Amino acid sequence: MLKHFNKSPVWVLISSAALILLPFVNDSRSLMIMITQIFILAIFAMSYDLLLGYTGIVSFGHAMFFGIGAYSTGVLLSRFEPTMLWLLVSIAVGMVVAAIVSYFVGLLTLRLSNHFYAMLTLALAGLFLVVAEKWRSLTLGNDGFTFRVPDVMRDRLSFYLICLILMVAVFFFLMRLTNSPMGKVLLAVRENEARTQSLGFKTIHYKLISSVVAGVIASLSGSLYVLSLRFVNTSVFALDVTLDALLMTILGGVGTLIGPIIGAAIIEVSHHWLSELGKSYVIFERWIIFFGILYILAVMFFPKGIVGTVKEIRWKKKRPSKVETNNKNKRIAG
Amino acid sequence: MTTLLEVNEIQTYIGQYHILQGVSFQVRKGEVTVLLGRNGAGKTTSLRSIMGLNPISDGQITYNGKDISKLATYHIANRGIGFVPEDQGIFGELTVEENMKIAMQKQDEETLARMDKILTLFPDLKTYWKKQGGYLSGGQKQMLSIARAYLNKNELLLIDEPSKGLAPIVVEKVMESIMEMKDETTIVLVEQNFRMALGVGDTYYIIDDGRSVGTGNMKELAENEELKRKYLGIA
Repeated sequence: MLKHFNKSPVWVLISSAALILLPFVNDSRSLMIMITQIFILAIFAMSYDLLLGYTGIVSFGHAMFFGIGAYSTGVLLSRFEPTMLWLLVSIAVGMVVAAIVSYFVGLLTLRLSNHFYAMLTLALAGLFLVVAEKWRSLTLGNDGFTFRVPDVMRDRLSFYLICLILMVAVFFFLMRLTNSPMGKVLLAVRENEARTQSLGFKTIHYKLISSVVAGVIASLSGSLYVLSLRFVNTSVFALDVTLDALLMTILGGVGTLIGPIIGAAIIEVSHHWLSELGKSYVIFERWIIFFGILYILAVMFFPKGIVGTVKEIRWKKKRPSKVETNNKNKRIAG
Repeated sequence: MTTLLEVNEIQTYIGQYHILQGVSFQVRKGEVTVLLGRNGAGKTTSLRSIMGLNPISDGQITYNGKDISKLATYHIANRGIGFVPEDQGIFGELTVEENMKIAMQKQDEETLARMDKILTLFPDLKTYWKKQGGYLSGGQKQMLSIARAYLNKNELLLIDEPSKGLAPIVVEKVMESIMEMKDETTIVLVEQNFRMALGVGDTYYIIDDGRSVGTGNMKELAENEELKRKYLGIA
């Protein structure tokens, strides 16, 4: 039994316990803000992993759902009293809108082959960006707007703990989902959709479920993101947001859930570190170039990401040798 | 004997290529019908067309008297047609257990009894029950693929080149399993290994250049040297 025990949840729980204690040990405000951002981006990256890693859907428009959550929270909190009730309503509205949008976008696009789907999601995300820029009466365009948040969210420690709890909850929810029979069908779709259909599965249903769940979780992360900034502008719909999620997922390990958390941490820490270096060395002001190089290197040399590569090494160690397998075949056939 | 599947003058394009240009054959209940022909003749495309994986542009496919030509693949599968593809179609990231369970349409006593029978037939699957499909050998993958199709009480099984790339001793095992299945289900078999086809087949159809060009009893074919030389390249 223990031989097949998945250690990821244990690592997440141990790390979470350490992260709960961290603010009481180190009261650095900037560190706490950075780690909070990691939690939020990890939620976003995990939602992307459900699409890419577990269903094989490459989306260039995932920022669409992040932006929907961000604007739902921003707009509602700016127009109503910044109470917990309105905060929860704004998050729920974002999630419902994201679910509806992802359902219809999925219905229209998921029947297409993967590259057409990727291009169409890119176009749709672009459409949302343009709408947000043009609908100035609601969004104030690219200038964006600030808004007030409930007191409990103003307290950095409370917000840090809330984001941590939500990240862990999303991790366990997605782990439960991907380990369920439905999750196995999603994996089968990723590996060979035609084969899954010939086993009797209407694969479009499973892809839609995956798309809706990913959209809803991305919306949650968008809401948390703007709560941390208390500001929202159209950058939440930008292609960079989706590319960040893609990079975090690929770097950490596609289809692993824990990988995107690690990826989010690496990207966010690198972002801060490179920005700091930019103050001393001009070249680091263009830190985005280094992310580009990192992306190319990850795809070329670490296609399975950190967690995927570690898992592969472990599997190779456990795997019976070729000679052993051949002998076994001879014995069984004979 | 009643006809279970009737393929009538089907035409299939893959991209711009006109692969099937009039394939017809009938499959009688309880028999093993073998599709023979040289490489690239259109045997695999015929099976994929029946499954709806390469939709036909003309012609008709009837199964149990009903037209299934325009049905989606999952509908065809749910009507009781199992498919063992040429590339085995194993889900490499899923374990043997998960590969089996994902194929299980029902979890009734009958299916569980079939599962027991499969594991007796292919004890290797039991050994590697928790192993990912991607780490199995070619023979084990083929066994898993056949086992998965056999798990459900499919009325018809389409099996595409089960002996391809396997060691002779593993081919024997695969052949044994097909013989076992033959008692319970109707089979359409695409096979290049003539000895194996002869061992399990009842009726044959020869496909050449995307057309059906001959049919008859397998035993008759064994004695027809001219036909074997002309269409199968067997001297």
